[in-house]
Amino acid sequence: MPIIATQPSVRVVTLRIDGHDLSAREDETIIEVCRENKIPIPSLCWMDGLSVVGACRLCMVEVAGQNRLLAACATRVAEGMEVTTTSEKLQRYRRTLVELLFAERNHICSVCVSNGHCELQWLATTCGVDHVRMPYRNHGYAVDSTHEMFRVDHNRCVLCTRCVRVCDEIEGAHTWDIMGRGSDCQVITDLARPWGASDTCTSCGKCVQVCPTGALVKQGTSVGEMVKDQHFLPILARRRSAR
Amino acid sequence: MSRTISIDPVTRIEGHARISLQLADSGAVEDAKFHLTQFRGFEKFCEGRPYREMPALTARTCGICPVSHLLASNKACDDLLAVTIPPTAEKLRRLMNLAQLLQSHALSFFHLSSPDLLLGWDSDPAKRNIFGVMAKDPELAKQGIKLRQIGQTIIEMLGGKKIHPTWVVPGGVNEPLDSDKREAMLNMLPEALTIAKDTYALFKTMVPTFKDEAEHFGTMQTMFLSLVSPKGQLEHYDGFLRLKDAQGRIVEDRVPPSDYPRIVGEAVEDFSYMKFPYYKPMGYPNGIYRVGPLARLNNAESCGTPFADVALAEFHMLQEDSGPVRSSFHYHYARLVEIIFAIEMMQRLLKDTGILDTRVRAHARGNRDEGIGVSEAPRGTLMHHYKIDEAGLITWVDLIIATGHNNLAMNRSIKQVADAYVDGNKLSEGMLNRVEAVIRCYDPCLSCASHAFGQMPLSIELKDASGTVIDRLVRDA
Repeated sequence: MPIIATQPSVRVVTLRIDGHDLSAREDETIIEVCRENKIPIPSLCWMDGLSVVGACRLCMVEVAGQNRLLAACATRVAEGMEVTTTSEKLQRYRRTLVELLFAERNHICSVCVSNGHCELQWLATTCGVDHVRMPYRNHGYAVDSTHEMFRVDHNRCVLCTRCVRVCDEIEGAHTWDIMGRGSDCQVITDLARPWGASDTCTSCGKCVQVCPTGALVKQGTSVGEMVKDQHFLPILARRRSAR
Repeated sequence: MSRTISIDPVTRIEGHARISLQLADSGAVEDAKFHLTQFRGFEKFCEGRPYREMPALTARTCGICPVSHLLASNKACDDLLAVTIPPTAEKLRRLMNLAQLLQSHALSFFHLSSPDLLLGWDSDPAKRNIFGVMAKDPELAKQGIKLRQIGQTIIEMLGGKKIHPTWVVPGGVNEPLDSDKREAMLNMLPEALTIAKDTYALFKTMVPTFKDEAEHFGTMQTMFLSLVSPKGQLEHYDGFLRLKDAQGRIVEDRVPPSDYPRIVGEAVEDFSYMKFPYYKPMGYPNGIYRVGPLARLNNAESCGTPFADVALAEFHMLQEDSGPVRSSFHYHYARLVEIIFAIEMMQRLLKDTGILDTRVRAHARGNRDEGIGVSEAPRGTLMHHYKIDEAGLITWVDLIIATGHNNLAMNRSIKQVADAYVDGNKLSEGMLNRVEAVIRCYDPCLSCASHAFGQMPLSIELKDASGTVIDRLVRDA
């Protein structure tokens, strides 16, 4: 059934991003405007259709008149705003952030089921990460392969919490959550029970599809075979919003 | 007063190794040891990983023969799935394995060993490398490079990349072959066959000039282990294990690969990171055997392709009695026979009408808790053995690689060569090189890391018991 969208009563503002004069609705964030206008800006935790957490800090931008960097995913546009999405400083910060993600866990692309289809890998390429300058933690994390259809490999998790949010906000199951603090954080199912023993998981697979890396994957896939399809998310999110 | 000569590193092999020769007062060699000085730890760090990652993980053992690990690992995973893969998938896997055999044997013969054979054992070490071969016989060097390129290109066409392709998966392969690629491969192979036959003919004329080496390069009495087809023919992908003794009597035959733990044991010595596999019923170290091209040709009753069968008959004539060819020097000869076989067999597989069939993968979950995969790598029999838990995570791994099987034989061979050529009172370059050269006969693949075309720095020192250097020979980088 087609959804009858009501026209929101929001104002339109004009702003400048990387020298381009643009107009946007006042309830939009900088990253949304960038995406609409095909201005590349890296992100990891942000995803169209999910709530904003501003955790990865990869979408940080410079805004004229502000003495600090702002997360494009968590900053609404404003009239007359002047935004710079790319500068030497931003590039340096982004590269360091991606390197830290690689150093924290064990992302070995060559043997990963998501090799070639991984957002972290793509980010590393676009941010110019040709090597990691800080020492790897080399901490071994367990793989939970108890679920009939899916598998979670914490070695490849970047703690973006997309799985937590999609499960809660779209599927409504709230199977996923976060446990621990700092670098010991881990995504968990139910109260840290094995995924296969979860009472709440509906096996819908949304968490797998939104996961940016090879942390959440389908069983039965070999190296490079895990291709994710995230097109469903904005559609479902708008249907939910319309309800 | 006992003295030790150390050759460190051994050059023109794949990986890092050292040779030590223990000398008696008289200067005669008392003992010789081949030390593998690198530690990898694959069997341990694979624990806890999903079994479907094993082919890609274990392929990283080597950059020269990743396809061999890919195949043995996937066969072990097929065993875990308890599936029979589609016939076309098996043919495609065979095709890739033969392309791998072609490129690896070409590397061993032309790039690593031909400098010794063409330029001489005592030639200037600065020129005793592939560049020296290029200078002396540019056409031969070009042909060697071309032959390897053809093998690598076929691997790339099938698997998407030359090194570490991921096209072979548990249950088969992940993409069928298309007719354009088949045509392109078929067009390359006639040139490869011409090069292979020319090289074989050339080497055949050279063999008599290496009579002395053939008599001293690892002629000890050992058994020979390899896969053979159900008909007893030359086999590289599947079949049964066969073990022949030094007189040619069959000791074990029609042993299913899954039964390898009954016949192969692994011993450990404190001087090397490489294990010492042996034939279990005879114990260690009496159960010494060799694997690789020499063993495969000794065990096979025929090759099953026209030119290779003629070459096999000529190979058997290298041994004056009717027994197996025993000199490890003839690994080179066997390698050239196998190159011809690989090309002929690839042509046969590609002309098979079923090779383009699109059903190339069987799907299943882990249905067994233990899987064994055995195939023939260029250097010999390769065994992958995994155990998994209920969730499909690896709990135990055992990898027995081809070079490991030959470990005992390599140690005996360097002792024999050192006895024949080393004078402990005065070192010479030719002596040093012959000790290394016998190792090159086995084409040991010690890791994927090192390809030193004779350019690595090399020093050999003669020390007395107090550690005083009494003679020193240095080869600069």
